[in-house]
Amino acid sequence: MILVRGKKLELSFRIAITLLIICLFIWAYFEGAFQFIKDNPGDLIILLQQHVKIVGLSAMLAVAFAVPVGIFITRPRFKKYDWIVINFANIGQTIPTLAVLALIMSYLGIGYTTAVFSLWLYSLLPILRNTVVGIKSVNPSIIDAGKGMGMTSWQILWKLELPNALYAILAGIRTSIVINVGSAALAFLIGGGGLGDLIFTGISLYDTGIMLSGAVPVTLLAITLDFLLGKLEKIIIPKGLQRNEEAV
Amino acid sequence: MIEFKNVSKIYESGNKQVKAVDNVSLHIEKGQICVFLGPSGCGKTTLLRMVNRLIPISNGSIFIDGKDISKLNPIELRRSIGYVIQQVGLFPNMTIEENISVVPNLLGWDRAKIKKRYNELMEMVGLDPEEYRKRFPWELSGGQQQRIGVARALAADPPVMLMDEPFGALDPLIRERLQNEFLRIQENVKKTILFVSHDIDEAIRLADKIAIFKSGQLMQHGTPDEILSNPKNDFVRDFVGSDRELKRLTLFTVKDLISKIDHFQKRTTRNDYHDFVVKVNTDLRTTLSVVLSSPTGNAWVVDEKDRRIGLLSLDDFEIVTDIHTKKLKPIVNQG
Repeated sequence: MILVRGKKLELSFRIAITLLIICLFIWAYFEGAFQFIKDNPGDLIILLQQHVKIVGLSAMLAVAFAVPVGIFITRPRFKKYDWIVINFANIGQTIPTLAVLALIMSYLGIGYTTAVFSLWLYSLLPILRNTVVGIKSVNPSIIDAGKGMGMTSWQILWKLELPNALYAILAGIRTSIVINVGSAALAFLIGGGGLGDLIFTGISLYDTGIMLSGAVPVTLLAITLDFLLGKLEKIIIPKGLQRNEEAV
Repeated sequence: MIEFKNVSKIYESGNKQVKAVDNVSLHIEKGQICVFLGPSGCGKTTLLRMVNRLIPISNGSIFIDGKDISKLNPIELRRSIGYVIQQVGLFPNMTIEENISVVPNLLGWDRAKIKKRYNELMEMVGLDPEEYRKRFPWELSGGQQQRIGVARALAADPPVMLMDEPFGALDPLIRERLQNEFLRIQENVKKTILFVSHDIDEAIRLADKIAIFKSGQLMQHGTPDEILSNPKNDFVRDFVGSDRELKRLTLFTVKDLISKIDHFQKRTTRNDYHDFVVKVNTDLRTTLSVVLSSPTGNAWVVDEKDRRIGLLSLDDFEIVTDIHTKKLKPIVNQG
């Protein structure tokens, strides 16, 4: 019953979001955003490429760093201290992206590297937190059974902990990438390029059309990535753990 | 087969020492089920988990087949011991077949052998191998899950099994069915089994030997009959309950009783022709209940083919218990 109600809520939420996005597109159409895109397809493609590059590179580096660190601090030896990392990650999340950008800029100067570095730093936290929480919330009786059956700690990690925490880890990655797509628009402010170029140019020129010709592709990019990562989850999460979706 | 020698487990909490297991010495023979019995916190689970070295031993040593386990590689030791826990602990990310094949895989068996073993084990625990092969643990009921848990522990045919309240989380009906199946399996596989329980009835039903613990100390070690008929101290007496004589009756069947009665077959009188009957393989507790509900105070014993063998009366029970009805009568009459 509760499940059904939850499903209904989710469905109405999805419809509301979709309507909102359609409104955005209609607005963008009447403000001439699509006309601008049609007139300058080359610009848009270059900026989109820059945007994807910043997001992709920072996300990849973040995954490559945060997941191993998350695994490392959930090892029995360090388990006592993982709350420090979780608290650090939670507090870190409250610092605005713009502030992170400004801080990093004062050390690394302006440009593409700074943009990638700041976004990397910012996307670490959700991934790190979800990895730690995901591994920690694996049912201890599973680990006990594995250990008692003679699995080495390496086998426990690869065959039990990671597969069972995968849902949480992938959710962290998905969240962080989607947020990243939006945050990457700020990269323009420190000379990192990307679709923020159009958005901020539009704002300074009081030209809503130009602004939306940047904002609409950013939105579409975020939605597309979210969709693709959702599909990826379905493929790589073990089937035995996907019961919630199948049950409905 | 398994020997505990002065085994202790001491936990330090601040500057206080807590003895979870206190100087336990115990010997378990090959092919027997020894039930560790006691209230929670008595150290029975700790003692069990020391056998596969999930908990390190503070003092003393444990020998399996004469080998000191502290000198063995813990990983290899655990792979040679079946392990079943109350929470079952099936791996949710693996199919039933993968779950059962975990230890054979760890031991590097070849595929054909693992597949054959899977089929064998599923037949043994009474589940259809094909139906469950590709299914996942969450699709199974609690009873089915624990059957898989037992099958998984038996997979590599380990000589020793450790079972930590395996049937504790199941409802009484399913629990009893699994206990009976477990006994049937044990008759074929003849493993040396350490079985933790807090349920005296379960212990009586399953155990060859019972070891009763209280705050880390071994109170009594003996057959269920010894424990029930001759509890060593007040703790054991309280723990087994004041109905221990009735419980003891569950250890015997009608067959055991009538084998001790001379000329049993000739006993009959004309007016004893009623419908209170018990089969020869019924346990004596149930039989007593039938006899007590019979208006004449006796019941017919029938064989497997429902042929009446003879008449059993309340007085016969004094052979196996301390109830002496004949001696009791004069006392009652005097009163």
